[in-house]
Order: sequence, then C-alpha cells, then structure tokens
Amino acid sequence: MSSLPNLGRILLPVIVLAAGLVAWEAVVDVNDIQPYVLPGPLLVFQTLIRDWTVLSESLGVTLLTTLEGFVAAAVVGVALALLFNQSRALEYSLFPYAVILQVTPVIAIAPLLLIYLPQQTAVVVCAWIVGFFPVLSNTTLGLNSVDRNLAGLFRLYGASRLQTLRYLKLPAALPYILGGLRIAGGLSLIGAVVAEIAAGTAGAGSGLAFRIAEAGYRLNIPRMFAALLLLSAAGIVIYGLLALISHLVLRRWHESALGKEN
Amino acid sequence: MADTASSEGEFGSVAVRLRGVTKVYDNGVTALGPLDLEVARGEFVSLLGPSGCGKSTALRLIAGLATPSSGAVSVSHRAGEADRRHPVGFVFQEPTLMPWASVRENVRLPLKLSHAPAGEADARVHEALAQVGLAEFADAFPRELSGGMKMRVSLARALVTDPDILLMDEPFAALDEITRFRLNNDLLDLWRNLKKTVVFVTHSVFESVYLSQRVIVMTSRPGRISSEFRIDTPEPRVEDFRMSSGYAGYCREVSKALSPSYAGASGA
Repeated sequence: MSSLPNLGRILLPVIVLAAGLVAWEAVVDVNDIQPYVLPGPLLVFQTLIRDWTVLSESLGVTLLTTLEGFVAAAVVGVALALLFNQSRALEYSLFPYAVILQVTPVIAIAPLLLIYLPQQTAVVVCAWIVGFFPVLSNTTLGLNSVDRNLAGLFRLYGASRLQTLRYLKLPAALPYILGGLRIAGGLSLIGAVVAEIAAGTAGAGSGLAFRIAEAGYRLNIPRMFAALLLLSAAGIVIYGLLALISHLVLRRWHESALGKEN
Repeated sequence: MADTASSEGEFGSVAVRLRGVTKVYDNGVTALGPLDLEVARGEFVSLLGPSGCGKSTALRLIAGLATPSSGAVSVSHRAGEADRRHPVGFVFQEPTLMPWASVRENVRLPLKLSHAPAGEADARVHEALAQVGLAEFADAFPRELSGGMKMRVSLARALVTDPDILLMDEPFAALDEITRFRLNNDLLDLWRNLKKTVVFVTHSVFESVYLSQRVIVMTSRPGRISSEFRIDTPEPRVEDFRMSSGYAGYCREVSKALSPSYAGASGA
C-alpha cells in the first residue's frame, strides 16, 4: 500500500485537466476565436456562475427525472428478474419484449411517448426504458450463477423456494445487481436528457437538456458549455455514489471490493 | 426422499443400503452399476477408484442429491427423531461455503433452513466449530481462511445437525499433504468420538487404507465394485500406523486391485 500510486491516481488526471484547460484558453486567446464559435473555459465558468439560477433549477428537474427513472428501473428490473427466475413460462413470454424495448433506440420512441403520455411521465418513462434492461439482465445472470454445490446443499437440507431465494440466490446475485445498477444510473441520465431534447418545451419545468437546445438556437454557446459541464458533473456524481454503495455493501467478501494483495 | 427413508426396526445394524442401483445419464451413458452396497452403522467405508468410476455419483445417490435410474437406495433414520435431525451430512470436494456469510452463519445454515430455535442453534454451532477446532474463527469470513480451515468449516456444517451418516466426496483432495494428514487424523478422532457412519470417496489408496475399516475398489465405465478389503488394525489408529509394514502391505494389495481399472481407463 504505497501512497504514490494512490496519489498518482488523483493527481495525474487533475494535471491533464489543468493542461487541457490552459491549452484551450490559449487557443481561444491567440486565435481570437469569438465566443459564439468557441468560448474559452474562463467564459464558460463565468457563464455558469451568472446563469446559476436558471441552470440550477434545470439541473434539479433533470436530476429528479433521472432519479425517478432509475428507481423505477431498479425496482422493475430486479422484480422482473426474480419473476423470470421463478417461472420459465413467464421468462419465455416476456423476455423477448424486454430485449426489443432495449434495442429500439430510445430517441426514436420518445416522440411517440410524448404523444400518448403527459410530458413529465413520458420523460421518466424514457429514463426508465434505458435504465431497466441492464438491471434485468445482470440480475438474471446473477441469479443463474449460483454455485451448483451450494444449490445442492440447499436441496439436501430441504430448503424452500423462498429460503433458497433469500439465503442463496439473492446474496449470490448481489454483486451482479449492483453492477447493473451502476450502469443503470448513468443510462437513466442519458434517457432523461434524450427525452428532454425530444420534448423540447420551454417554460419553468424544463431540464438541462432543454437549456442546451434552447441556448443552441440562440447561439448562446457559453451557456451550452456550462449546461454540458453540469450534466457531466451529475453523471460523475451518480456513478461515484453507486460505486461507493457497491463497495460498502461488498467489501467484506467480494473479490471486486478487496484490495489487490491477497 | 420419502421412499429412501426407513425406520430403524427393519434396518437393524445397516445405515445405508443400495440394491441393484444404476444411474444412466440422459445421453444414454451408464455411469454406475448395477451396484449393491451395505454400510453398517458406525462403519467407516471408503469408495476408491479412478476419476469417472461413479463413486461420487454413488455418494450423491445416497444423499438424495440425484435419483437412481433403477434399483433402491435406503438410508436409515433414527427412530423418533425430530424433523430437524437430518439423517445425512455431506462434505463436498470444494469447501462450498457462502462467501458472503461468516463462518458462524455458514455452519448455522442447515439449522436455519430447518427453522431450529435460535438458542439451540447457537449452542449447536458453537459445539460443531469446537469439534473441528475453529471456535475462535466464528466471525471470520471464508476468504480469510486457509484451504484446510475452509474444509474444517465445511465439516462443521455437516456435523451441526448431528447426522448419523457423514458422506464425504474427496474432501481433502485439493489440500497439501501436511494439512491432509492432519485432517485425516482429526476426522478419525471425530469418527471415534461421535460414532458416525462415514462413507468416504477418494482416489488416494493411502488415504483410503489409513482411514477406513473397509475399502471398496470400483472400476469405471460403468462404475462397479471390483473388490473389497477389510483393513484390520488395532484401534486407535495413530500416525504410527502410516509408518507400519501392515499399512504398506494393505496399500500394496489395494493398489494391485486398482491397477486393472486404471489400465482399463487408459485403454478406453
């Protein structure tokens, strides 16, 4: 456990970021590029602060949509996987449609959903559609990856279906479920953004993606960058939170959460 | 499992009985039998043979983990026992522990599955861990243990329901020789003290002769019993037995009986 590699993991990307920002600013200054073509990072940052009231409100809207979509994806994904695990007939009947829902690009579904559903619901449904499949397929994989001898042991001691599920299958599937959730978190954000762009309505309740589209129409490029920055930050925070939860849950036993040595 | 159970009365001194048992796989390959086998109460019997001779299959049939294609498998139940008292304990080739649960929870599993009262379960778990010398490691996780200790946990879990019959499927095959010898001795101690019936599957001549009262040599394709050896030596067996000329003699005899089956396997 030398401290140098750990320090490097934080320091090196920060150095790259700083170098990139300096180079960006220099290119804009030296070539005298206009802000409506490419704003420098300083201007983007200033815009972020100046437009904070508008942007933060929109960030809140997008995050709420993402959260609702993510929770729905987690609940439905795990619940469906459990049902499929208990009943083959149900799995054969429904799984192809889950795949179809997954492979159809959500940006093509969004306009249709916006016709049939209230806008806010449609946006959440989009976030859900993109997020739920990784949870479903990962949980299914986890439930089917149970050690065969352990399964035999449970049969030997006459375990009921519920006991096998609770004491064997769910704990064995937990690392897979958490992996699925980690993917679903980021995807829910993407789903929410896609749906917001497709919805394209102005007004008080509009999310960050709409702010980007709107700023684009007005050639307010610095604000586009500022909104984009917020979206990236949101994505990073979501991923970081889910990775942290996963680590805390698995740290006592799972290989993925253990140190390199041992 | 109901048809495999019999009361003590009709069984007398027999703990396990296999009559004309065969196992044919779905692809038509006969893995086992026909096999006739009787194991007496309190006896230590080894099934010895090359890989693929069906010795593990025979063990799984006795445990009820697989069903025979024909023939009858019966396992004696102690008369008047409570439901909780499972008649057999099974030790797999791998430790087969739940990595997400502590040693204590792993050993408690059979009791939890049969809804044993918490207090009674605690006492049984503690006793079983003490029997295998792991009382201090109750709170450890499997990954923190060595291979030999994991196997001890697995043994404790098999003992925790206080079964009459202990079925062991090459339990020490993956361990180093030093650990293996020590576990052999500990197993013999447990067998003497707890008076269990043990059916022990192994492909090691030396291990089978050292441990068993009776060594049953099996041939492969299909798995059949080719010969039987009674290992008569004054009790208690201790480490000295490994060095004795009697032990070497038994090992030579058993090896000779085994060699045709090895030749058969390599010729196939």
